[in-house]
Amino acid sequence: MEQLWAIAITIIAASTPLLIAAIGELVSERSGVLNLGVEGMMIMGAVAGFGATYLTGSSAVGIFASMLAGAGMAMLFGFLTLTLLANQVATGLAITLLGIGLSALIGENFVGKQIERLPNFHGIDILIIFSFVLVGLVSWFLFRTRYGLMVRAVGDSHTSAHSMGFSVVGLRYACVAFGGACAGLAGGYLSIADTPQWVENMTAGRGWIALALVVFATWLPKRVVLGAYLFGTISILAFVVQTMGLNVPPQLLSCTPYLVTIVALVLISRNKRVLRANTPACLGQAFVADR
Amino acid sequence: MPLRLEKRAERSSTMALVSPLIAIALTLIFGAAVFASRGVDPWHGLYVYFVEPLTDEWAREKMIVKATPLILMGAGLALAYRANVWNIGAAGQLQIGALFTGLIPVYFSNWQDPSVMPAMLLMGVIGGILWALIPAYLKVRFNANEILTSLMMVYIADLVFDWLVRGPMRDPQGHNFPKTVNFVGWQTLPHWGDIHLGALFALVVALGLGFMTYRMLKGFELLTLGSAPRAGRFAGFSAQRAIYFCFALSGGLAGLAGASDVMGVSHQLQTPYSTPAYGFVAIIVAFLGRLNPIGAIFSGLLLALTFLGGEAAQTSLHIPDKIAKVFQGVLLFFVLACDTLVYYRVKWESRK
Repeated sequence: MEQLWAIAITIIAASTPLLIAAIGELVSERSGVLNLGVEGMMIMGAVAGFGATYLTGSSAVGIFASMLAGAGMAMLFGFLTLTLLANQVATGLAITLLGIGLSALIGENFVGKQIERLPNFHGIDILIIFSFVLVGLVSWFLFRTRYGLMVRAVGDSHTSAHSMGFSVVGLRYACVAFGGACAGLAGGYLSIADTPQWVENMTAGRGWIALALVVFATWLPKRVVLGAYLFGTISILAFVVQTMGLNVPPQLLSCTPYLVTIVALVLISRNKRVLRANTPACLGQAFVADR
Repeated sequence: MPLRLEKRAERSSTMALVSPLIAIALTLIFGAAVFASRGVDPWHGLYVYFVEPLTDEWAREKMIVKATPLILMGAGLALAYRANVWNIGAAGQLQIGALFTGLIPVYFSNWQDPSVMPAMLLMGVIGGILWALIPAYLKVRFNANEILTSLMMVYIADLVFDWLVRGPMRDPQGHNFPKTVNFVGWQTLPHWGDIHLGALFALVVALGLGFMTYRMLKGFELLTLGSAPRAGRFAGFSAQRAIYFCFALSGGLAGLAGASDVMGVSHQLQTPYSTPAYGFVAIIVAFLGRLNPIGAIFSGLLLALTFLGGEAAQTSLHIPDKIAKVFQGVLLFFVLACDTLVYYRVKWESRK
């Protein structure tokens, strides 16, 4: 029983950052903005969260700092793609490259430092609970509120939304900032709650996996929970199998999350009907108001 | 909002040339600010970072060596991005290319005649192509997003490489170091000082792709599919063939970059292997070169300089060499931001 609980906790810990980052990106994509910079925002959140906790000694400040760092990177993305109308794919890559470099530079002084881990009850901390609350809130917001309807309208047809008097760019800025704050928080979870330390490149592709999860969930918040936990479970089970003495090279077992991502993408994407029904129609397109 | 964009009637060709220069200038200003914030005199910092490496013969050679894989990959990616095919896994394709190249010296160490050199280079190209065709196939057959799949393949390539070089391909007489046997004789590329034959490949490839892009039907086909997919389809161009072509081309060139790196520089495979990271920098090379394969020659050299500058900053200014990554990221940012000037006029409006 003890052992099963330990495994369950590691699965939750592996799934939570994916869940938080993916739900944020989902909102951003619902408004029609494809932000490929999740990995970059996440790693900035990780370094900011660790740094702030280390300097102030308060993990609450750390959590706030990680969200701020993610949102800051997202605003940079927003300025380029929404105001200057730069290509979203290229700008997302730029955010990721910049985030990885900047976090390595900022984090140089934090390597090997220790902080107090986020308090938890039998392994369950506040962020894990918050991740579920977040999914509920996002789901309610998108499908039960006026603003949520506006966000979806902007994502599905920005020209009609504009002619109805909605501020397309304003709403998109808000959604992108929210996505960034979530990605930052997911990074902060890694460096404050999961493994309380800073390691360069510690997100190790989780931001990209979160992006794939949004597709896998076909842009529906509740399915993101399913996807994130499926993912966390499979990647942890790969390691459990290893401890049972199966003779497989550890490197190949470490491939599991990436392979699962590819398989999941293939399974969902091959069904074009499902994909077309939920994909925001204006995803990735720049919007210029024609007055 | 005070800033408003007005679409130009046609793209400004002056701005197309000037905008990368503005981006570089802005990056230098940013650099000066970073140096100042670290207590280094900005002029001195910029001089040490961007000028001093060029004054030294040895460093100039180093720059060309570092630019070689960047140009090879950047030129291929430029064409792929033009066709709206987003291969961002060049890093993995380079690594698998290097791995395939290494199979010959590891398993046929006695193969020592002039034919082994082209055979190894070809192996590298094949490795890169095979690795790149996986996301291409998944895209064409299952409609899976190629950005995500090609990126996932980077992580997988790194782990497979690590496993093989630590395990089956390790040098049995290597005192347990995670590396293969040394490549010797014909298994290495001829070199002049530090510069190896790969530099020539890079030059020829970039010029050749430039010619193909602007003077051959294939180039026209890819540009059309990229900028106006519907028009391309009416013209009878196949988008699926273009995906395969672009992935094979950019993957093959990444494989060639890997092959020439291990045959010309390290003369062995070792893990961890640092060159694959250039696969991501090559994305910046492609954009800074305005997605023109010939432009990749200049942008490749500039990005190579940022690596050298980072090392110089570490030794003489005591600033961590991570600063190179920051400059590279910021440069891409400014390049993308300045691209706006090519298609739009920026107007400032006073608030009403």
